Amino acid sequence: MDATTDKEEPTRRDFIHIASGTAVVVGTGFFAWPLIDQMNPAADTLSLATIDFDVSDLEEGQQVVAKWQGKPVFIRYRTKAEIAEADAVDLDDLKDPQTDNERLIAGPDGKLKPEYLVTIGICTHLGCVPLFDPNDEKGGEYRGWFCPCHGSHYDNSGRIRKGPAPTNLEIPPYRYMSDTLLQIGTEA
Amino acid sequence: MSGPSRYNPSTGIEKWLDARLPIIRLGVDTLIFPSPRNLNYWWTFGAILAVMLVSQLITGIILAMHYVPHPEHAFDSIQHINRNVNFGWLLQPMHAVGASMMFLAVYIHMFRGIYYGSAKNPREMIWIVGMVIYLLMMAAGFMGYVLPWGQMSIWGAIVITNLFSAIPPEAAGTSVTQWLWGGFAVDGPTLNRFFSLHYLLPFLIVGMVILHVWALHIPSNNNPTGISIKTKADTLDFHPYYTVKDAFAIVVFLMIFSWFLFFMPDSMGHPDNYIPANPFSTPPHIVPEWYYLPFYAILRAVPDKLMGVIAMFGAIGVLFALPWLDTSKVRSMRYRPLAKQFFFLFVLVCLGLGWCGAKLPSDLVFATGVDADGHAKGLTFVWFSRILTVYYFAYFLVILPILGLVEKPKPRPASIEASVLGNSKGEA
Repeated sequence: MDATTDKEEPTRRDFIHIASGTAVVVGTGFFAWPLIDQMNPAADTLSLATIDFDVSDLEEGQQVVAKWQGKPVFIRYRTKAEIAEADAVDLDDLKDPQTDNERLIAGPDGKLKPEYLVTIGICTHLGCVPLFDPNDEKGGEYRGWFCPCHGSHYDNSGRIRKGPAPTNLEIPPYRYMSDTLLQIGTEA
Repeated sequence: MSGPSRYNPSTGIEKWLDARLPIIRLGVDTLIFPSPRNLNYWWTFGAILAVMLVSQLITGIILAMHYVPHPEHAFDSIQHINRNVNFGWLLQPMHAVGASMMFLAVYIHMFRGIYYGSAKNPREMIWIVGMVIYLLMMAAGFMGYVLPWGQMSIWGAIVITNLFSAIPPEAAGTSVTQWLWGGFAVDGPTLNRFFSLHYLLPFLIVGMVILHVWALHIPSNNNPTGISIKTKADTLDFHPYYTVKDAFAIVVFLMIFSWFLFFMPDSMGHPDNYIPANPFSTPPHIVPEWYYLPFYAILRAVPDKLMGVIAMFGAIGVLFALPWLDTSKVRSMRYRPLAKQFFFLFVLVCLGLGWCGAKLPSDLVFATGVDADGHAKGLTFVWFSRILTVYYFAYFLVILPILGLVEKPKPRPASIEASVLGNSKGEA
């Protein structure tokens, strides 16, 4: 006997057919997620989410590279001249327009601290570490950073000026715990 | 396989086994099938690739017995294999050089397929399965290069996985890279999963090779004339005629392989990969292995990140459509005087793109003079690669489709047999 034709009522066999088919599809979907999600960062990787960094040892004009979440973070103590230069840039000249002040955060007193620029030291093109090049000696043209891999030039605010990178050097989440102590990985 | 089986079990044991598990029949019908009688040495690269795949599998499984997929031990374990493990000095370079040799053979195999129209009706599926094999080889080769965890390993992994960050973040670009890395950067979890996948992919390749050969047994081989088999006189049995011809070619190929293996095992690698991986220091000049260089040049030729990535993957993707882009009814370019010239230009363009990929984009191909600051100026490699990239895509998307419609082919022989016998009499 055939299970049904168009005119007949659904049978118990139809019900089993649809219910088991649905269970297979939904079940496969449920089981697929653990198989996919296991590749995401594990709990111990996530737990290395913040680092503390004391900027009081930095000298003017110097850059230090800190390691945060396996990535290099550039902490640069900029000179007055460098800050003035970053402020003077016309936003129309920028591929990813951002003022210098938008790339800074306020200290505990609520005032911006333009002397300390904190960026993730990864070229936004294909992930190389750009060279610190404040005097345009390593191939850069904007007294900031130069990425040797595919020739991206960043200015001293970490903004992309020339080359294939699509966006400015990323700013990590960070805050001032005191006047000189930075915590990278948490928002203010 | 296709057609009537050529196997007649003669002994009692064979008959007993054939009724239960016809594995001898499968082997016989795979090897003894009619092939065109005029196959030249360009047709031996399939067998060469089969030998290389087995060689890579054997050496790879052995290396996995000694290799440690951990960021603190991976680099040292490769040195340990080369210095301490019995015959490790032979097996590790055999695997590394073998990968290069396999890509050399696969590129010749692919160019042969384009030249003689082997991709075209009725062999589209052989070509497409072959392209899947090529993609799997590229993935396996890339992940294998990461495993020694030297400077080129980690920076190659960083650059290639960052290709996926070209996907706009709104479309989950950042989380895709974190998912690939298993962290916030290329690190231990990345190395460990690359090792797992590098072990898996060759077995997928074996599976695809079975499909490739299966699809080949339906129409049999194409041949230098591109004319289909019409009568039995056009054919020879694959065994012993082509097994012997293939075996000879394999021996010659293995001699070239041995020359690289024993006398210049590092010639196709990069010295920076003898520096342990350092995620904080980018080498001044990152280059991929030579077999990816043309695609790397295409990536760098495009000034926009996302478009560059699309162009690079598109350069591979367009190959999948080749059976339909080559519109000529004549398969073999032996009888297509114009197509032949465009083809050889295409081969030169691919080699030229490889040359561009190995150079710094701002280096000069040739200098035309000196600019105001006293620096040499001229054609830079990035501009040269742009010119070549235009030809690469135009070849598939413009030249091949139009050429097939406008070109007047030369007269073709009446059959494979006529072409062979005619040549021997000096008539054709």
